[in-house]
Amino acid sequence: MEIVIRIRRKTENEKHLDYEIGIMMAQNNVEIRDRQPLSNARLGILVLLGAETMLFSGLIGTFLVFRVGNVTWPPPSHIGIELPRVVTGINTALLLLSGYTMFQAWRAIQKDRVKQLRNWLLITGVLGLLFLGVQGSEWVQLIRNGLTLQSGVYGGIFYVLIGCHAVHVLSAVIWVFIVFGMAMAGRFSASRYTGVDTCTIYWIFVVALWPILYVLVYLS
Amino acid sequence: MHDNEHTEHHHEESFIRKYIFSLDHKTIGKQFLIYGLIMFFVGGGLALLFRWQLAYPDQPLPIIGASQQYLDEGEVVTGADRMWERIYDSDKEEWLEVSMPSGVITPEFYNMLFTMHATIMVFFVVVPILVGAFGNFLIPLMIGTRDMAFPILNMLSFWLAVLAAIVMAIGFFVPGGHAAAGWTGYAPLSADPQWTGVEWGQNLWAISLLIQGFSSLVGSINYITTIINMRAPGMTFFRMPLVIWSLFIVAILLLLAFPVLSSALALLIFDRLAGTTFFSATAEGGGDPLLWQHLFWFFGHPEVYILILPGMGIASELIPVFSRKPIFGYRSMVYAMIAIAFLGWIVWGHHMFQSGMRPGMGNFFMTTTMLIAVPSAIKTFNWLGTMFRGSIRFTTPMLHGIAFVSMFVIGGLSGIYMANTPVDIYIHDTYYIVAHIHYVVFGGSLFAIFGGIIFWFPKMYGRYMNDALSKIHFWLTFIAFNCTFFPMHILGVGGHLRRIANPQQYEYLQVFEGMNIFITMSAFTLGFAQLILVFNYFWSMYKGKVAEQNPWHVNTLEWEAPTPVPHGNFGQIPTVYRGPYEYSVPGEESDWIPQAQPEHAPATSGD
Repeated sequence: MEIVIRIRRKTENEKHLDYEIGIMMAQNNVEIRDRQPLSNARLGILVLLGAETMLFSGLIGTFLVFRVGNVTWPPPSHIGIELPRVVTGINTALLLLSGYTMFQAWRAIQKDRVKQLRNWLLITGVLGLLFLGVQGSEWVQLIRNGLTLQSGVYGGIFYVLIGCHAVHVLSAVIWVFIVFGMAMAGRFSASRYTGVDTCTIYWIFVVALWPILYVLVYLS
Repeated sequence: MHDNEHTEHHHEESFIRKYIFSLDHKTIGKQFLIYGLIMFFVGGGLALLFRWQLAYPDQPLPIIGASQQYLDEGEVVTGADRMWERIYDSDKEEWLEVSMPSGVITPEFYNMLFTMHATIMVFFVVVPILVGAFGNFLIPLMIGTRDMAFPILNMLSFWLAVLAAIVMAIGFFVPGGHAAAGWTGYAPLSADPQWTGVEWGQNLWAISLLIQGFSSLVGSINYITTIINMRAPGMTFFRMPLVIWSLFIVAILLLLAFPVLSSALALLIFDRLAGTTFFSATAEGGGDPLLWQHLFWFFGHPEVYILILPGMGIASELIPVFSRKPIFGYRSMVYAMIAIAFLGWIVWGHHMFQSGMRPGMGNFFMTTTMLIAVPSAIKTFNWLGTMFRGSIRFTTPMLHGIAFVSMFVIGGLSGIYMANTPVDIYIHDTYYIVAHIHYVVFGGSLFAIFGGIIFWFPKMYGRYMNDALSKIHFWLTFIAFNCTFFPMHILGVGGHLRRIANPQQYEYLQVFEGMNIFITMSAFTLGFAQLILVFNYFWSMYKGKVAEQNPWHVNTLEWEAPTPVPHGNFGQIPTVYRGPYEYSVPGEESDWIPQAQPEHAPATSGD
C-alpha cells in the first residue's frame, strides 16, 4: 500500500486566519478537528490490506521460486495430476460476480435502500459459500487422485497458497453474514454504514486477489 | 444524592479495567514498558549463562553449579551440591539435569541459550519497548489527541504480546528444550528436528512469533491510522516531532515486513508438523533451504531498522531539548529516515553473501547497503550540528542521547566493513558481527530507551527518577558496555566463530581466553548495572521527587497535558502554531516556545 502525503504550504493570510480561529476556539471552548478524507475505519482496513498483500507476496514469492526453479511444472513425480482448470475457471467467475453483488450492496446503502442492501448481502454471502463449496469438493477430488500436502513442494504450496486464500474467503463470508445480521437489525442508513463500507473493501480485496492466484497456480 | 453516587460510580473504573484490561493508551504504554523490562532480564540472564560458558568452558556455574569436590569425589560441600544430589537421586529426568548437569552448560543447551537470547531481545524487549511502550505513550500525547484510533485493538495488541511471551516461555520447559537454530532459524536446522534435536521448542518458537506478528499488525494499524487521521488542529506532518515521524515510519515497516515472516513461519510450521518439504534440500519432492533465508531476511532487514529508527527519533527529541537549540535540518532528518526505511527493503541479500549467490547480486546488495551510510551520516551530522554551540545541559537523558549518537557511529561504521563482500567473506559469522549488532542495538536502541525512560518518566508518573542512581547506572552501563562489546571486534578479526560453545577446543582461539574472561566479567557488570535502573524505576514511581508539569522546558504537546496525565489527556485539545523545536529563538525572552503557544505571530514554517 502506498500512503501519499500532500502538504500544501499555507499562505500568510491563511496562517493568520488559522491563528484567529484558534484564538476564537480557545475563547469559546470549541473543539474542532480537521476533516479527514478517510474515516478511521476505512483507513484502518486499507492499512490492514497492506499487510495482507505482503503476506500473500511471501507465499506467491515462494510459489514462484519453486515454479521457476523447476523445468517442468508439475514436477515429473506428479505427471498425471491435472488441476481442475475449467471448474475453477467457472468458480472464478462466481467469485468475481460476488464482488459485483457486494459493490451493489454498498451502492444500495449509500442511497438508503436497506432492503436492497440485505438482498445483495445475502446473495454475496451465498456466492462466497458456493465458491468455498466448489473449492472443497475439488480438494476432495485432488486428494483422491493423490495430490496431498505431503506430495512435494507442488502439492505443498498448492494447498498452502490456495488454502490461505480460502481461509480469507471464509473469514470474509463470516463477516458478510455478520453485516447481514446487522442490516436485518436495521443498524445501517445512508449516513451510517461503516460496517458495510469496511466489509466491502475487504471483500473486494479477497475477490481481486483470486484471479492472480488462479492464473499463477492453475494456468501457469 | 443518589444521582451523584451513581455518576461517581460510573466514572470510577474498577482496578481490572484501569490497570489490567485498560483501554487507555498511557496505561497500555506503561504495560508494554514493564513487559519489556521483565523480558529484558530474561534475555539478559540467558546471555550471562552463555557468557560464563565462553569464558570458563565446561566449568560449573557460580552459585548454582556444583563444587569441585562434589564433581571429583561426590562430597557434598555447598547448598548447590545438595540440590544437584537431590536432582540426580530422583528417578525423573529433570529439566536442569538434561540442560546443565552439575551446572555445566551442555553444547545443546548453549545453542538454545544464544537462540533465545536474541529472539527475546529482538521480539520481546526492543520492539515492545520502543514501538509498544513509547509508541503508545507518546503518539496520542505528542500529536494532540485523546487516545488511539482503535483503543480495543490497542489492548488486544498488548494481550497478544503477553500470550506470545507465555507461549515462548513454555518452550523452555518442553522435552528437547527450546529452539536452538539461532534467532534466524535457518533451514534445514529449524525445519527438521533431526539436526538440533529440538521438537516442540522450535514449534512453539514459530507459533509464538506468529502471535507476536498479529500483535504488531494490530499495533501498526492503530499507529498509522492515529497519526494520519487524529493530529491536533495545526499539527501538520512537518510539525510533528521527529520521534513521531520515526514511529510512523516504523509502523509502516512493521506492517509490511512482519507478514512476510509470518508466511515463512507458516511454511516452517507446515514443514515441521504437516510433513511438507518447503525448506528441505534432500526431500524427494524438492524444497529449498535458501528460500527460508530470503523470506527471513526480507523481513529481517527492515526489522533491523525497526529496532533503530525509534531510537533515532528519541535521540532527536533529547538532543535539541538539552542543547537548547532547534534540531539541525528538521526536514533532512525526516527524509533521511524515509530513505533508510526505503533502502532497508533492498539490502536483505547482504546477510547472504556466504549462502551462495550470483556474484553480480552480491555487488548489487553491497552497493545498496553502503548507500544507507548516506542518510545515516546525514542524521549523525545533524545531531552534531544541533549540539554545536548549543547551551548543552548534561542531564542524564542527554548523556544517554550523546551515548546513543557515539555508539551508533561505531556500530554504523563496522556495518560498512561488513557490507563489503570481500571483507565479509572473512568476518562473516564471527564475533565481529556480534560486536556490530550489539553496538547498534544495545549501544543504539537501548541507550535511547534508557534516555527516553528517564526523560518521559515525569510525564508518566509525575515524579523524577532518582538522578544519582540514574547517573551511576549510566556510567556503569556505558563503561561496561564498551568493555563487553568492543573487544568482540578483535575476537572477530581473529576468526573467533560466532556460535561455538567452547572456543578452547580450537588451538587458534586459545590466545583469546583472557579476552573472553574480560568480556564475561564486563558482561556481568553490565547485567548487574541494569538492576539499578529497575530498582530506580519502581522506587521512583512511589518515592521520587515530585515533578512539575514541564520539568525540562520542552516544546512538544505532551508537556501541555496535566501531570499525571488524566484519562482523555487534554482539557481542551491544543491548537498547534509552530514546529516542535523552537528553542533559543533570537529576540525571544524565554529560550523555548511551546508548539501550542499562540501569543506570538505564527511561525513561518515547521522547520
